[in-house]
Amino acid sequence: MSNNNSYLSNYFHRNGRALGSIGYFVLLMVIFLIGAPEAWIRPNLHQSVFVMMPTLIFLTIPLVFLVASGEIDLSFASTYAVAAYVFALLVKNGVDPAICLALGIFTGAAIGALVGTLIVVFRLSSLVASLGVLFLLRGVILLLSNSRSITIMEVENHWIYPLLVGNFYGFPMQIFWAAIFVIFCYYFFNKHVFGIHIQHVGDNSVSAEQMGINVNAVKIKAFMFVGVGAAIGGIFTTMITYTFFPTQGFGYLLLALAAVFVGGTPYWGGLGTIIGAVFGVGIIAYMEIGIIAIGWSGEWRQFFNGLIILLALLGHRLHGERVR
Amino acid sequence: MENIIELDNVTKRFGGITALNKASLKVTRGEVVGLIGDNGAGKSTLIKTLVGVYSPDEGDILIRGKKVNAWNALKARESGIETVFQDRALTPQQSIVKNIFMGKELRYPFGFIKEKEQIFEANRLIREIGFTSKLINAESPVGNLSGGERQGVAIARAIYNKAELIVLDEPTNNLSLNETQKVFDFVLNVKKSNRSVLFIGHNIYHVYDISDRFVILDRGEVVHQLNKNDISTPEELMKIMRDTIGAH
Repeated sequence: MSNNNSYLSNYFHRNGRALGSIGYFVLLMVIFLIGAPEAWIRPNLHQSVFVMMPTLIFLTIPLVFLVASGEIDLSFASTYAVAAYVFALLVKNGVDPAICLALGIFTGAAIGALVGTLIVVFRLSSLVASLGVLFLLRGVILLLSNSRSITIMEVENHWIYPLLVGNFYGFPMQIFWAAIFVIFCYYFFNKHVFGIHIQHVGDNSVSAEQMGINVNAVKIKAFMFVGVGAAIGGIFTTMITYTFFPTQGFGYLLLALAAVFVGGTPYWGGLGTIIGAVFGVGIIAYMEIGIIAIGWSGEWRQFFNGLIILLALLGHRLHGERVR
Repeated sequence: MENIIELDNVTKRFGGITALNKASLKVTRGEVVGLIGDNGAGKSTLIKTLVGVYSPDEGDILIRGKKVNAWNALKARESGIETVFQDRALTPQQSIVKNIFMGKELRYPFGFIKEKEQIFEANRLIREIGFTSKLINAESPVGNLSGGERQGVAIARAIYNKAELIVLDEPTNNLSLNETQKVFDFVLNVKKSNRSVLFIGHNIYHVYDISDRFVILDRGEVVHQLNKNDISTPEELMKIMRDTIGAH
């Protein structure tokens, strides 16, 4: 009996936050279903959510790693556009799109490494420093692109298009890639040295250092991972719309961060949940689209997004404060 | 009995200050040595020299009877000397098993972790050193444990790291009586497994209870060494300490 108890309590310790965000998701679905049953059974509403979710997943899940390591990054919303710009510019100049994709993702990793190194080496506040990088990079893109978008219809004829963002029996391919990404990240976070070290570093970096973990390297890698996720999100979106916009990604800044915290990852580091974050993304995506679908005006969207963040924080508070 | 480590006339200076002056100390297998001395007596320098943070300016360090040159922290760890730091170097939101294997995870290729083996090994370790509560197992978060139990996790980790000598730096500081007893139980289990413990403490009563032998340090010098059966009460130890420090 008591063994059972400890099993249950350990299970709750590991999964309580994820279960919380799943609970919110179900609650939101029920509210929408009762509030607007007709809109809710129409498949096209869910289809548009499925189009939005993959991009948000590529942005949000790596942020879980970074927040669990005790840092935060805002610059990903600009990295998203820089990677897309590199991709679109090279495609436009006749480079093979598969190579452009690789170079775009490499750009994201490189920006992440630079931001991470800057923050870790000079001991800057990651919130403020990455806010600076957010604006700086956006400025660079606007200057380089002359504030003009780039259209790349030519990707459609390349084999990567159907593979990455094509249509598979009615489902957009990016859903499958996002699903693979989630499964990979779940194991990467929970069962891999990288994820485990991130949790130790975010929990108590002095202890981690004493036990031989290279704290700075772990943090820089987490920033790089955020850069890679942002690059994938930006390039996928550019391929789906055949267009690079110099302002793209900005709209995702607060949504991705909201999804992390609504998803049950606490802000103080050491803990994180990948499954929770997926449902956090679901909540945010359904809020974005559902409000319109049930016939309310778009003005309500931000109001409810704000409300749900606050309610989620209060709810996750029930799961307990930080233990020291 | 085999000497795990021996410090022979070790001197350590910092600028003009002699922190350790011809200090000699040995720890043999399976014994608990209590190191006592007032603040500033050189306990901290002695421990740091022992675990290789400092290398001695004069004198020798012998591991199992053999002299070691260029003593450092890595050599100390390779020789089976593990320190349990005062703050225990734990991450409280993580499980016991993650803490025991922190930085030394059992890995498959590509860095994935052998989770089942780690949990099995961690459960074995915490039972071995004396965790008895059925409410605690390898997957329990460290944050749910009491101060004494956290000390136990740090000791279990030292054993996993193949420690033959575990240096406990003020392990009973800020612990209640009950918790102190738990730490003593852990230490006795370590001793039972034929490993050695160097127990550093302010509290003479704690050191008296747990140690087989006492080393009294004052102003950088080892002023007295005695066995537990030389005396019969902690008060006697206290008196000897006062006399030697006074006479010195």
